[in-house]
Amino acid sequence: MLDVSQLDADEVRHILATAAYFREINSRPVKKVPTLKGRSVVLFFAEPSTRTKTSFDMAGKRLSADTFALGKSGSSLVKGETLKDTALTLQAMNPDGIVIRHSSSGAAQFLAERLDCSVINAGDGRHAHPTQALLDALTFSRQWKGDFAGKTVLILGDIAHSRVARSNVILLTKLGAKVRLCGPRTLMPPRPDTWPVEVFSDLGKACQGVDSVMCLRLQLERQHAGLLPDLREYARTFGLGARHMKDAAPGCCILHPGPINRGVEIDSDLADSAESLILEQVENGVAVRMALLFLYLTRKSPEASQAMSPSGMPE
Amino acid sequence: MPEKQKKLDLAVRGALWFGPLKNAAKIGKAARTAGKGALRGQLVDVLVARGKIVALTPAGSLDLRAAHEVEAAGRVLLPSLTDVHVHLREPGQEYKEDIASGLAAAAFGGFGNIMCMANTKPVNDTASVTEFMLDQARRSWPAGPRLFPIGALTRGLKGEDLAPMAELAAAGCRAFSNDGRPVVSTELFRRAIEYAQDLDRIVIDHCEDPFLAPAAGMNEGVVSSRLGLPAQPNVAEAIQVARDVLLAEYLGAPMHLAHISCEKSVALIRFAKARGVNVTAETCPHYLTLTEDEAGGFSALAKVNPPLRTRADVDAVIEALSDGAIDMLATDHAPHAAHEKEVEFDEAPCGISGLDTALATTWELVRGGRLPFDAFLRAWTTAPCRRFGLPVNTFNPGDPADFVLFDQDAQWVVDAAGMKSKSKNTPLYGRTLRGRVAAHFLAGKTVVGIETAGA
Repeated sequence: MLDVSQLDADEVRHILATAAYFREINSRPVKKVPTLKGRSVVLFFAEPSTRTKTSFDMAGKRLSADTFALGKSGSSLVKGETLKDTALTLQAMNPDGIVIRHSSSGAAQFLAERLDCSVINAGDGRHAHPTQALLDALTFSRQWKGDFAGKTVLILGDIAHSRVARSNVILLTKLGAKVRLCGPRTLMPPRPDTWPVEVFSDLGKACQGVDSVMCLRLQLERQHAGLLPDLREYARTFGLGARHMKDAAPGCCILHPGPINRGVEIDSDLADSAESLILEQVENGVAVRMALLFLYLTRKSPEASQAMSPSGMPE
Repeated sequence: MPEKQKKLDLAVRGALWFGPLKNAAKIGKAARTAGKGALRGQLVDVLVARGKIVALTPAGSLDLRAAHEVEAAGRVLLPSLTDVHVHLREPGQEYKEDIASGLAAAAFGGFGNIMCMANTKPVNDTASVTEFMLDQARRSWPAGPRLFPIGALTRGLKGEDLAPMAELAAAGCRAFSNDGRPVVSTELFRRAIEYAQDLDRIVIDHCEDPFLAPAAGMNEGVVSSRLGLPAQPNVAEAIQVARDVLLAEYLGAPMHLAHISCEKSVALIRFAKARGVNVTAETCPHYLTLTEDEAGGFSALAKVNPPLRTRADVDAVIEALSDGAIDMLATDHAPHAAHEKEVEFDEAPCGISGLDTALATTWELVRGGRLPFDAFLRAWTTAPCRRFGLPVNTFNPGDPADFVLFDQDAQWVVDAAGMKSKSKNTPLYGRTLRGRVAAHFLAGKTVVGIETAGA
């Protein structure tokens, strides 16, 4: 699972349906199922992450898989070692799946090319963050009752450096939604004309008639890289506020991959408002990651996969 | 005829020559033609005495026996190529390449003269490093290929102080460059050009504005946008080309621009040449044949600086090379060990190992009619040799007998067995190329023999 670009729309719907099933399990008093008992999953997070790592860890444990966390700092395995050697070392431990988060674009593919087990990309550089896009899609799907056609999503903020934006543009387009991008030109990717999107530099115009706004986290170091004058000006120009929501379509929802900079990319009140689905995203994240671990770790044996199809799973 | 009094040392019979044959009429024998389409040539004999060309004549027209007779059997005759831009890594990084292995790649790649850049460890900024390089070359390949070191323009390539260019020139440095580490201070760069002028040496500039973009080895455009990779826009190169040609004009100094990769730079070079600026430019085989799409799967083998550009850039560069706006070809041979390239894209060093594949890939353009044979010859032989004062063979009597017999239909695989360079870092790795050097003679001496070729 390197990026959503490798999935067709039917496969996405299948993943979302599976995730919806796990979401139901997650609401039960006893949340653990034995589906992946005896399977091991390495959580290789070479870049700091709390939310995604915890989400995967919880997803694995709820499926009864054994999860092993491996970080960049404090691990003798990774110190001074090339990614290739890390890959070979991990391979030698025979895990069933590896979840990788890495600061270099392409790192997940690099690992997948050298490993036999399933590799799930938990974010590689600026390139892709497929599990985030899928959990966002699950959130939209629940909100829109599965119908993406004719819906418009505005992705707001630092598009250039965002793997979340790249994966969401691909996935939303695939599911039939329209995507708009808004942000200062300094934070737009090169050649946005080759992306299937509409680009806006005026947030007011960008919000008109949209069914959802997805705010991205602004990395505060962008100011020092000379891409922004200061956060105050950014917040005034590109921070999402209640005033922007007036022109949006009725029922417009707000998403944010977190962590939020309150008062920078989004007004604090708005983040806590009824339109905000930010916490539901987190909840859906666990379900989507359970679905992916289930589907990818059982796919090599079709019979096993059938026997353990989510609907036929033991209670 | 005067040739009859000479004792011939070498005669190569029945080679296929696509260039002009000046003395065919004088001899009164029509040459037999061979080949097809745009590439229609004549079968010729090459006669050599005391390391020099005696005659290039229609095959069988002169009945003179030589001490060493070679049957070319219709292989293509080419003058040895000259490469004014290679990195041989010795001293300091011999695990990537050393002078002996670099010269081997040159010999088997068809190159008779190569100019090596100064970014060794230590940097070639003292006479002792230059002399060491020349010694290593003489020891490993005494008959050539000939090595002509390029001295550092600034001490340690740091861009802070001028290198001792007079000392370096006296030791054998043929030109000066800060290749790989562009001189960001335009004032210092100006002084370096002026200083080199007194030494009758040309400054070679690696055109890149490092403030505009880091040396990412990836073109800023559609592919970098999709992959989320840091990238260099083509203007990072073109801005520096503009600076350089304006400086060259202002100072009345010669300037050579390294590895031109994009249309914008070509336009500026045309502008400068139209104004009479003493500027020459080179491009590399990979900018004629590959695009940014090569890096589409995060392949670090396609990471090179300047980066592979777009199809439109490739077309503009081929056109410029064909009409002479870009004067010459060079490989920018940049060997890196396998473990250095087998890392995340953004961690990998920039560079392509090029000496082994340059002739085959550029000949493919000639064969396909995209690059005229004349332009091919100029770009690999006369233009670089005349610009930098190196020996050149135009097959006129008295020219150095440096030439290649090229088996244009021989197929070979670009891999560890097919390459002589220590490093196999090329996006062509694993592909099959057509065209291979069957024999190589320098000053009439065999450096690659027909019997050893393909070994």
